[in-house]
Amino acid sequence: MSYRNDPYDPKQAALLAPEALEAAVAEARAAFDAASDLDALGALKPAHLGDRSPVSLARREIGSLPPAAKSDAGKRVNLARQSIQGAFDSRQEELEIERAARVLVEERVDVTLPWNRRPRGARHPLTTLMEHMSDLFAGMGYDIVEGPELDLEWANFDALNIGPDNPVRGSMDTFYVDLPGLVMRTHTSPGQVRTMLTRQPPIYVVSPGRVYRSDELDATHSPVFHQIEGLVVDEGITMAHLRGTLDHFAKAMFGPDARTRWRPHYFPFTEPSGEFDVWFAQHRDGPRWVEWGGCGMVNPRVLVACGIDPDRYSGFAFGMGVDRTLMFRNGVRDMRDFVEGDVRFTMNFGMEV
Amino acid sequence: MKTSLSWLRDYVELPSSLTTEQLDAALTDLGLEVESIVDQAATIKGDLVVGRVLTIEELTGFKKPIRFCTVDVGRDLPQEIVCGARNFVEGDLVVVILPGGELPGGFKIGARKTYGRNSNGMICSARELGLGDDHDGIVVLPAGVAEPGVDARPVVGLDDVLVEVEITPDRGYQMSLRGMARELSYAFSAAYTDPARIDAPGATAEVPYPVTVEDTVGCDRFAARVVRGIDPKATSPDWMKRRLTTAGIRTISLPVDITNYLMLELGQPMHVFDLDRLNGDLVVRRARPGEKLTTLDGVARVLDAEDMVICDDTGPISLAAVMGGETSEWQPETVDVLLEAAHWDPVMVGRTARRHKLFSEAAKRWERGVDPRIALAALERAVQMLTAHAGGTVDERVLDIDHVTDPSVILLDPALPAQRIGLPYPVDQVVDLLGQVGCRVAGSTPLEVTPPSWRPDLLAPIDLVEEVARLGGYNDIPSVLPPARGGQGATAAQRRRRTVGRAMAENGYVEVLSYPFVAPGTADQLGYPADDPRRSAVRLSNPLSEEEPLLRTSLLPPLLATIKRNLGRGKRDLALFETGTVFLPRLVTTAPPMLGVDRRPTDEEWAAANAIVPDQPWHLAVALAGEVEPSGWWGAGRPAGWADAIEAARIALAAAGIDHARVTVAAAEQAPWHPGRCAAISVDGTVIGYAGELHPAVVSALELPKRTCAMEISLDAIPAAPVVQARRISSFPPALIDVALVLDRNVPAASVEAALTEGAGQLLETVALFDVYESDQLGEGRKSLAYKLTFRAPDRTLTSDEALAARDAAVAVAASRFGATLRGA
Repeated sequence: MSYRNDPYDPKQAALLAPEALEAAVAEARAAFDAASDLDALGALKPAHLGDRSPVSLARREIGSLPPAAKSDAGKRVNLARQSIQGAFDSRQEELEIERAARVLVEERVDVTLPWNRRPRGARHPLTTLMEHMSDLFAGMGYDIVEGPELDLEWANFDALNIGPDNPVRGSMDTFYVDLPGLVMRTHTSPGQVRTMLTRQPPIYVVSPGRVYRSDELDATHSPVFHQIEGLVVDEGITMAHLRGTLDHFAKAMFGPDARTRWRPHYFPFTEPSGEFDVWFAQHRDGPRWVEWGGCGMVNPRVLVACGIDPDRYSGFAFGMGVDRTLMFRNGVRDMRDFVEGDVRFTMNFGMEV
Repeated sequence: MKTSLSWLRDYVELPSSLTTEQLDAALTDLGLEVESIVDQAATIKGDLVVGRVLTIEELTGFKKPIRFCTVDVGRDLPQEIVCGARNFVEGDLVVVILPGGELPGGFKIGARKTYGRNSNGMICSARELGLGDDHDGIVVLPAGVAEPGVDARPVVGLDDVLVEVEITPDRGYQMSLRGMARELSYAFSAAYTDPARIDAPGATAEVPYPVTVEDTVGCDRFAARVVRGIDPKATSPDWMKRRLTTAGIRTISLPVDITNYLMLELGQPMHVFDLDRLNGDLVVRRARPGEKLTTLDGVARVLDAEDMVICDDTGPISLAAVMGGETSEWQPETVDVLLEAAHWDPVMVGRTARRHKLFSEAAKRWERGVDPRIALAALERAVQMLTAHAGGTVDERVLDIDHVTDPSVILLDPALPAQRIGLPYPVDQVVDLLGQVGCRVAGSTPLEVTPPSWRPDLLAPIDLVEEVARLGGYNDIPSVLPPARGGQGATAAQRRRRTVGRAMAENGYVEVLSYPFVAPGTADQLGYPADDPRRSAVRLSNPLSEEEPLLRTSLLPPLLATIKRNLGRGKRDLALFETGTVFLPRLVTTAPPMLGVDRRPTDEEWAAANAIVPDQPWHLAVALAGEVEPSGWWGAGRPAGWADAIEAARIALAAAGIDHARVTVAAAEQAPWHPGRCAAISVDGTVIGYAGELHPAVVSALELPKRTCAMEISLDAIPAAPVVQARRISSFPPALIDVALVLDRNVPAASVEAALTEGAGQLLETVALFDVYESDQLGEGRKSLAYKLTFRAPDRTLTSDEALAARDAAVAVAASRFGATLRGA
């Protein structure tokens, strides 16, 4: 059948009637609005926008119109089709937003589920604290020096003015070994002796490390423990410099309220010598003075034994127990916790102290 | 050193209002470490009164005899008190604590019903009052000493302040009332009376007893006096006994108590001989090797040639300066005594005391230094006290063999104190402070300082600086940071240890710091071959435990023990690491050269000394047991295995800055590992350690969980990390090609990867093994290794022909080297 040659038949062009087009638009809009999801909406598309949809059929009828009416009808159909398409698009957008929201709801998980499938480890707090202390002094221009734990008796005692008959030598609970002339170092000072033997002033060093005394292990003693010692040898060094350094150290370790006081004491390797206490405001049993370490001006005899001119240079030295520091700073109650290697103790500290 | 405030007040006019806090602060600032200061009056709280026992009623029918007493305590009504002691009678004066009071040790006293009677308070024993150990009965006071109801504290001597201080080893003079009082006189600017400054007769031409000193180095002074006809029954006065008890010294007899009392007062140890038990002249000399002497403690001692002895015709009768001998000692019936006050070489006494393990009160003082100028004063005091309490006749003759040398003059630059202390000290203040400690100061620049005889520790200018700082006040010294100097920061080795430690911890390992002590049997348990160098260990001469006398040559034994300790505490999944040193003895075990202290050792001497110091490299070790990835709600976990131990080495090397291409992992057989599951880890072809699963026999011997794994490498053997050169990053797309190779199952995957890498050439970016399998289809003894090869060019997009050519080149090398064939080809 060829419409082209058909005479104009208004009846046949009823689909182009404004009422009919409005109805098609209304019908489509209602249908789209009723679609509850994107699938249902998609299924409605052929009926309202497809080849057999009222607006498509109406478009076909345009050809049957007289030329004068064609333009008008064409506009009408297009408008109707745009309305339907617009209704479809807006409904589709609505449903897509709904679906996206629903997916988010459906994909909800319990974020509190544990996921420790690759457990972390931890560093020993004594190691971390020694590094912390070393960093502090490195920042002040000190080098970090070390020495062997099994060292020459000369470096551990004689060079430090602890002669064979010095009562201090007998009181140090030294571990001796089956090799003559060697001891387990009783302090990290032999490392400082080694430093002075191999370089000339200015010397600014700290030596952290393990030391040994033949004490039985109990809550407050261990045959193996840790020290950090500082040594400065330079021109014009005074006890005031020593005090300034200790105050700075104390504040870095124990907070800005920390301060030090010292008491005369005796160490063969320093003269004058002192012991010092630190005011520790955060102590678990309340603010108090806590004994922290020993210090003094390097005895000129030590400088002589190490080849440094005691008339030109002076120096100071100090030393404190790292274990002891950790005990009162971090509330460790029993020294055995340091040495037993119970992972629960160490894990508690993680990577920092 | 223990003493009492009242005794100190005998020599120094301390403020009457002195508090224990002020005393504590003064002693501390002077360098005497305060062990305790106890105000006795404060040790007992509430009413402690004198009471008179009015009636005693014996209660019967109990397990022990009990008394019901009424006691007049100065109140309206007598106090009813039940008492278990029996050493008193009606009318005795006793010490009563009334209800509401508290005895030492927090013992609170109340009114209570006991043994069917009311007991309102308690009659006290000496022990209950903290006065001593006497608990045989209650304290019965001398009749008429006080009225009932008065405070009993002064009556029983509970009105003093007890002081215990620790004396540093350089200050022997502080181990006496004389020295302590002198120190306190500076702190309080208080008047001081030196108890040694008395008129004492000097040596007489005739001696009271013949003595020869053969060794004047060991004994540079020997003085003696004689008293005859003392009353052997005379006892020490109560005040002396109390002071000795306070000082922790047992009372023995009047003559011995007097010498001990004077040792405390003056710091001069003395000895009392029974004159009638001496046989012939006394000789002071070194002991002959092998000579024997039974000392007062009943121990028969073999003497050393360095020991000094006092001898008579029978041989040694006293171990000089340390302890007397049995044969010459004072006896309960002794009537004639010879009192000796000498001065001994402190070095000799220290050695003798250590040699014989005899750290007597006298030896402690000798070792720290005794004033050599007070022997005659001490003898005069002793003679006076002895005759005052026991009568007798003093022999007018005085023996004094004196070889004491005067202290050397120290030349002090008056500016030195300020230069070393960092606080200005004008010359007159320096002179004044040194004068206070007893120095004589002359001259001006330099000051000529003569230390007093009681300060053998003052030898050098710096010793005088310490006295200036000490008396000037340590806490007045200002706080000044020294100017900063250029430092190097941590060394490369230190940084590496730190980075490796962090890497291990971030990868699940927990750090432990073990003792380095191991048992000799460990080497066998670990299956070391007979010639394994790790069997050669340094041995402690005085180990804490005889079972663990060796120093570790490997970190593993203590680390594996820590695994066991944790298992014992209920932790099953363990990954531990330790970085520490091991002790590897050198072949040379001769003694090091003697190094002096009056100059720096020469470089040759220093090198020779260090040649015997055992090598102590830093090692890293890990130990693994249980699951390395835990099971959980997500499903099963993964047990730790040999591969984790090997990966631990790779993690450490990566952290140490060593490119993986320089690391080789190769099968190895090394104790204590499983011979089929052990890898040697090498860097640049040098083995630095081993990793894998432990040998089942080792696991069994050490009672470890099955399949425990471990790794140990030498951190010091790892080459220094290079300065890393930047890599050029291509922005062109990669070409990915998978290849599956079939080859003999014994060919190590590492070798195949190396062959592919070598063959693929420059275009290869990465090679990743993604599948390993064996099956019947592949054939007996064959395996398939599937690799993903990523190719990329720096300057262009690769064509597929270029990528395939590179792949073929890679496979060709694997094929020629191992007979590998492409699967499916």
